[in-house]
Amino acid sequence: MHRSALAVLFIVALATSVVSSAEEVSQEQIKGLDEQIQEIKSDVLGIAAKLSRLEEKLLYPSNSQISLFVSLAPDAKFRLDAVEIQIDGKPAARYLYAYKELEALRQGGVQRIYTGNVTRGEHELQVSVLGKSESGAEYRHTQSFKVNKDIGPRVVGITIAGADAGSQAISLNRW
Amino acid sequence: MFRFFLCLTGLFVLSSSFAASTHPRDSLRDPYFGEALYYAYQGRYFDAIARLDTELGQHYAVDEPGLDPLHYHIGEAEFDVGDFELYYRMHHRAGRAIKRVLQGNVAESVRNEAIFRLARIYFQKDQPVNAFHALEQIHGEIPERIRDDLAFLRAQVLMANGRFRDAVKVLGPLQTARGLEGFSAYNLGIALWRSGQQEEGGRQLDRAGQISSNEQGALAIRDKSNLVLGSNLLEHHHPDLARKYLERVRLQGPYSNRALLAAGWAEAALEQYDRALVPWTILVKRNVTDEAVQEGLLALPFAYRKLNAYGKAALLYESALQSFGNELDKLASSIRSIREGKFLRTLVRDEVKRDRDWVVKLRDLPEAPETYYLMELMASHDFQSSLKNYLDLEELRKKLVAWKGDLDAYEDLIKLRRAYYQPLLPDIDKAFRVLDSQMRLRLEQRDHVAGRIKAMLVTPRPDFLATANERVMLQTLAQIERQAKKQRGKAQEEVRKRITRLKGVLHWQIYTAYDRRLTEAYKHLQALGAVVEDLKKRYDSFVRTRQAAKQSYEGYEITQRLRVRIREAREKVNALMARQGHMLEVMAINEFELRSRRLEEYQVKARFGMADSYDRAVQAQSAESQN
Repeated sequence: MHRSALAVLFIVALATSVVSSAEEVSQEQIKGLDEQIQEIKSDVLGIAAKLSRLEEKLLYPSNSQISLFVSLAPDAKFRLDAVEIQIDGKPAARYLYAYKELEALRQGGVQRIYTGNVTRGEHELQVSVLGKSESGAEYRHTQSFKVNKDIGPRVVGITIAGADAGSQAISLNRW
Repeated sequence: MFRFFLCLTGLFVLSSSFAASTHPRDSLRDPYFGEALYYAYQGRYFDAIARLDTELGQHYAVDEPGLDPLHYHIGEAEFDVGDFELYYRMHHRAGRAIKRVLQGNVAESVRNEAIFRLARIYFQKDQPVNAFHALEQIHGEIPERIRDDLAFLRAQVLMANGRFRDAVKVLGPLQTARGLEGFSAYNLGIALWRSGQQEEGGRQLDRAGQISSNEQGALAIRDKSNLVLGSNLLEHHHPDLARKYLERVRLQGPYSNRALLAAGWAEAALEQYDRALVPWTILVKRNVTDEAVQEGLLALPFAYRKLNAYGKAALLYESALQSFGNELDKLASSIRSIREGKFLRTLVRDEVKRDRDWVVKLRDLPEAPETYYLMELMASHDFQSSLKNYLDLEELRKKLVAWKGDLDAYEDLIKLRRAYYQPLLPDIDKAFRVLDSQMRLRLEQRDHVAGRIKAMLVTPRPDFLATANERVMLQTLAQIERQAKKQRGKAQEEVRKRITRLKGVLHWQIYTAYDRRLTEAYKHLQALGAVVEDLKKRYDSFVRTRQAAKQSYEGYEITQRLRVRIREAREKVNALMARQGHMLEVMAINEFELRSRRLEEYQVKARFGMADSYDRAVQAQSAESQN
């Protein structure tokens, strides 16, 4: 008798474990609040869009704007730890990658690492990459490029292929 | 049971995050679209939506969208923004985005994919009837990459609508579908079972319980299949059969505690209490906040009692009583702490959320009794989604605070720029206007000269190219000639001859040098053209710089409007956070009070068991001493 009572207790426990305990919180309340939260998310996204446009106009006008994007080559086999970028010998960006960010790059995401202003004309871009090769050896590589800035916004893609790519370890592509 | 498998199917939908759908990297043509993906792959859906929304807005605003690189990805981008909104729990907006696609003039496959996504939203929002009606609208070509997912969703929707026989038909062919391993097998088992084919359902769950995989999700489903099957057999008085399935559940998986508890009960039902000790002894050493562990604390001494080890049973009941007492204290202090508002403050601690296992870490915080039972609370879907909403609101709150600071800085910047440029511009403009009129005059002169040279190519005019010296000399000769006409006699004749000779020399010079002079004039005009071009560039550059200087402080009235919007949004966020936070607190307190009541019941049972065991131990000892 005692055994069967305990067995019933177990089964009841199994069943109640998935039942929500919303005695004082109704589904309508949860749903209503959720909908209001969706609305405020939408409002804040609208503010973000306006702010983004304001920021671009105010801080990075198109005649001087330059944006640098970092992506990993599809077959890159090394682990990227950090990227450092100099424009005309001056530090522009330095980024240490967290696991999630690295995974996002590996899946094909593109990181905007820098947005700034430069004058029209030719500029020197120096990209340094720090990471670990497939064998675990430390890998460091620096490459310099010439980048021309015209009237419109300049977008520069930096593709990192890593240790096994030889001269294509770091390459530039114009989007 | 119904809720049991619905929870499971929900688990599948949530687990298929955006990261699972990868894009071919070499085909990416728009860096800003790539940036949105970069955020989405990290689960930063707010940033992903903000980026992609801006891109889509700009794409549709340009005169020739075909020249915008986003046009290579426009279909993908439209769907992705809906997906991001879905992952960010903005179902309404996601639904609207998909409906927009449906209203457009799109290909059949695109339309079908949009309906699939819409149905998925309905299903996730617990609207299975709407999901069913949406799916009924799918006809014709279905994109290959969603074919299995669509079929699986159809099966889930059918099951949620109680149409288990139809679900069986859909799930049958999905058993080998990639990415659905375990999920389709489990659901087929449940569908068979619920459609009245218990035997076949059992066999299917048995198969689902043996699936080999390295994926954590599939392994969890395998465990769940075995637990559900084993528990059902136990419930239907087949403990001998249940044993095999319960033993298959991994010892470290999310279902291990419940499986250990049930395995012990299967042995107990077969009156093999010594064998029941094995799983229960493992179980009671685990985290005591778990319900199965708490029940195990009662079950273990029960088994010892059945084995006539009354002394051991009494000690274990005593230990259980101690644990229950401790847990009741923890629950009481948790409730107290929650009422003091500490629960919400702890949930939004930054240093905790940086850790991937933050829920586990929170439980172990020594100074935060309010979070001991967080793992258990997270088992409730309502609590989980409410918590996510709360954390989203906290993220929004932080953004709004930061944006207010940004706006302050922007306004300072605008003020500084205005203070610098505004006094300079009138003088610059004045000087510029003078230079501008001079430049226009020179340009007119240049055009005039160019016109003359062009005309001379058709009608030669050597006199136009006479040098200044030659012109002066010709004028001087003309003057002398006029004076000479007034004189008479031989001298006058001599002067006339000399003038004629000198004029002849000059004409000879002008006419013979004409071709060379015309070439030189043309070359000079060309050189002047280059100078004028350079001048024009400088002029344009000045106009742009001047315009940029003015634009750097003018036309920013939007900052005021944004300031108001940010303030209003902050007020709304704060109010919603307070309500959502209160809801979380109520849910947590309700759950803790429920658990407290259950633990109090366990205490009564443990006290009874302990007293009974002591009595029996004493009786056994007396009987032994009498013998």
